[in-house]
Amino acid sequence: MNEIIESVKNLSIGFNSQKGKQISILRNVSTNIKKGETVGIVGESGSGKSTLALAMMGYIKQGLFPLKGECLFKSEDLLKMSSRQLEKIRGRKIAMIPQNAGQALTPNLKIGYQIDEALRLHTDLNKTERDKKISELLNKVRLPSPETMAFRYPHELSGGQQQRVAVAMALAGKPDLLLLDEPTTGLDVTTQAHVLELLRFIAKDTGTSMIYVSHDLGAIAQVSDRIVVMYAGEIVLEGPARKILKEPIHPYTYGLLKSIPKLSLAGLPASMPGSQPQPGSINEGCSFYDRCNLATDHCKKNSPDLEHIKELDTNVRCFNHKELINQNNNLQTSITKKSNNSEAIEVLKLKDVSISYAKQKFFDQLLNKISDQNPTVKDINIDIKKGETIALVGESGSGKSTILKSIAGLLKTKDGQIKFENDRLLSSDLKMRNPNDLRAIQLIFQNPDESLNPNHTVEQILSQPLKLYFNLSGEELKKNIIDLLKKVRLGEFYMSRYPRQLSGGEKQRVAVARAFAAKPDIILCDEVTSALDVSVQAAVLNILQQLKEDLGTTYVFVSHDLAVVRAISDRVAVLYQGRLCEIGPSQNVYKFPSHPYTEVLLGAVLEPDPDIKPKLVAEDIVEEKPPEKGCSFQGRCPRKIGDICNLEVPPWQIGENGNAIRCHINIDELASLQQ
Amino acid sequence: MQSNLVTEDKQKNKLEKSFEILKTMASKPSGLIGLTIVLFHVVLALISPYIAPYDYKAISPNTMLLAPSAEHWFGTDSLGRDVFTRTILGGRTALTVTFFGSLIALLWGGLLGIFCGLVGGKIDDVVMRVVDAFLSIPWILAMLLIVSLLGTSTEVLIPALGFFYGKGIVRVARAATHDVIAKDFIVSARARGHSNMSIIWNEIIPNVRDAILVEGAMRWSWMLLGFSSLSFLGFGVSPPTPDWGLMISNARGLMSFAYWSVIAPIVGLSSLIIGINLTADAFAKALGIDRSTKAPV
Repeated sequence: MNEIIESVKNLSIGFNSQKGKQISILRNVSTNIKKGETVGIVGESGSGKSTLALAMMGYIKQGLFPLKGECLFKSEDLLKMSSRQLEKIRGRKIAMIPQNAGQALTPNLKIGYQIDEALRLHTDLNKTERDKKISELLNKVRLPSPETMAFRYPHELSGGQQQRVAVAMALAGKPDLLLLDEPTTGLDVTTQAHVLELLRFIAKDTGTSMIYVSHDLGAIAQVSDRIVVMYAGEIVLEGPARKILKEPIHPYTYGLLKSIPKLSLAGLPASMPGSQPQPGSINEGCSFYDRCNLATDHCKKNSPDLEHIKELDTNVRCFNHKELINQNNNLQTSITKKSNNSEAIEVLKLKDVSISYAKQKFFDQLLNKISDQNPTVKDINIDIKKGETIALVGESGSGKSTILKSIAGLLKTKDGQIKFENDRLLSSDLKMRNPNDLRAIQLIFQNPDESLNPNHTVEQILSQPLKLYFNLSGEELKKNIIDLLKKVRLGEFYMSRYPRQLSGGEKQRVAVARAFAAKPDIILCDEVTSALDVSVQAAVLNILQQLKEDLGTTYVFVSHDLAVVRAISDRVAVLYQGRLCEIGPSQNVYKFPSHPYTEVLLGAVLEPDPDIKPKLVAEDIVEEKPPEKGCSFQGRCPRKIGDICNLEVPPWQIGENGNAIRCHINIDELASLQQ
Repeated sequence: MQSNLVTEDKQKNKLEKSFEILKTMASKPSGLIGLTIVLFHVVLALISPYIAPYDYKAISPNTMLLAPSAEHWFGTDSLGRDVFTRTILGGRTALTVTFFGSLIALLWGGLLGIFCGLVGGKIDDVVMRVVDAFLSIPWILAMLLIVSLLGTSTEVLIPALGFFYGKGIVRVARAATHDVIAKDFIVSARARGHSNMSIIWNEIIPNVRDAILVEGAMRWSWMLLGFSSLSFLGFGVSPPTPDWGLMISNARGLMSFAYWSVIAPIVGLSSLIIGINLTADAFAKALGIDRSTKAPV
């Protein structure tokens, strides 16, 4: 168990800037991977975690080169090997599982053939042995019916199944070391939990060492024995997983853990100020100095070395870590939200809304026939009160973004009505809406890289809505823009910057400012924090909450992340396959009794705590189409009671907590089942 | 920390930005050569009337088909005119006509392409089929028809060339627009209720401008070749105005014994075309557009 299979020694990797300066991305990194051990490398985007992981299999991205140090795999330096020598090691000794298996698999070759190829390259088995091995591997990664699975094409599998195939391919060469680069990041919560469980099983079963790279401390907590925390190209903290997660003695890790929203806490997580320094901008002192609340003048001048602390078996790069140990720090705290004084006026009503992506066929149009009997989104009834934050939650394909688009008028509804302020009907066609209604409903998108015009300055971006709705110009326009920037806590000097000059969090704040420029009544937030790093996510959530408290805006908040939803929302609507399952005040939806689907979702949430294991109750198969009859969740429901679920649409039941559940099981019975 | 990066990447006004692009273009040998050739031709076209040693239309039976000498650097042609004088003057009409022709092509092709890309649907279908239909007509036949009906004046040639070379730009502009309109900032502008014109002007043009400009530069060199072909066939510039295409056409019969009268205009024409091509490629690289990944249309 204590045999070291790969060790990185004083590794620095860098590139030459346009001005000929040498800029390092990794600085003096040293770590060891022991046999049979799973090491989690965690850090925000740009921290160098992927560069480190790839260097561990002897791969360095184009444009980068090693400055010093070595990567020893079984006492051979990978970075000095020729590509011939590396070929013998990659796949056989060290295998990699990519982030997006859907893109890593060749789309026009069958799954079986692709695994066979890996076997041909890395083993000496003959054809019949290989065929046997393929179904053995598919069995091992728990894919349903391995015999037929081998004859399928990648696009016929769901995202989780594709990831399993990638795991099977990596295992084909019986590697000693498995490298996983964000293997579950693109997957749905329930699928993610299942894949992680599989990885943990494989690590134990085969004794393979794993390097698990992720930005998600929740996922890292589930699989790792040891955790390495990276910040700005350095290891800042390294030690046993439990110690790192329970008693983080580096201020960055501590802040990171605090900024993750947790299911058990209702309020907003604390945010960390600032953002990670760019490579090459650190000249002296500690790289975390700017954002650290323990920093002293000593930290500004001197950069700390990695210090080993015996009693915790931990390496830490901080002068003041003792203060963190001495402080009686509680990770389980949050900022309490002001409860919304919603005046119970309904601003937006969705009544029997159905949305279909299917185009009506020409002949059906002539005969006035409705062609799609089974629309993507069906029978949505939600009344949204003024000043509240209502969250729509569900996995991908649950129709949550579709509903948001049709509220914004970007997608026509098939049936039903959207009513706005005093029961006034809102046209489902954008062009038929009056300018004031368009102003009143604003959108914030998931990815600020796509939602901000890259060729506009922040000033131009923010002036668009101000010019359009309020006809502002000159000094007044400028004053308004500065005000908006102030609201999202950005300085005046940001006006002349282009989006590419901003960090992810800053970009999203500009997007928030643009939405608020219209002085809207309702803001539709589409996964607004999903593309951001955790420490930045908390800051954006805090700004959104602050603005809401100040201005009384109503939010419709779409997210797949239940913990984030818990932190920000007043009311939650759970969707599955475009049908409502449960709706109610958020503190009650997170309590039992709940709809079986909510139960599955809650069980799959990954918390950054090694003691809280996900509860896997339902299969992680993904359904492509909503069922035509009966309950929408019939295909995966762990509490299915019989034919009634397949045939009849379940009735709404209202629990004593005020949350409405759509299930055939009596609500009291459900409560006792879920105890 | 972030601010360090930003001070490096300071705000640049438009002039500084164009200068920066020129600098990047000139930093590679091919770009530098291209720029030098184009600059040379443009300067020559501007000053040639003042530096020409002889009168370009002075016919003299005494100096017919003289070989290159100290007096006549590039020799003389079959009518006794100085080839050097005619060569340095010969690019003027071609450059002017094709430059304005390209501008027209860029304008109508670019705007129509962007519009079709944005609105999509039936309008897009109809317009694109019409453009396809025009693409299938051999341009030189159509040009010959127009020229024989309306004459060979520049007022006819510029819009006619502009029209025929703009068809391809429609497709490029439409494809570039398709890349942009899928982005959320267009959706956002739509949801805010901006008009189509405002979306085209504010959101799309800044993002497709580069691709269209590069395409326009490319079309310029093709148009130059096309214009010279027209002159060669006798449908471009009318004699005695000096023009490369016309000079090549007149001198090619005498090539076997008076090579000088045909070589000079050929070198002039091909060097300008190569120069524009190299410049367009360097321009594309400086703007970060990879032409090799985009199929030429």
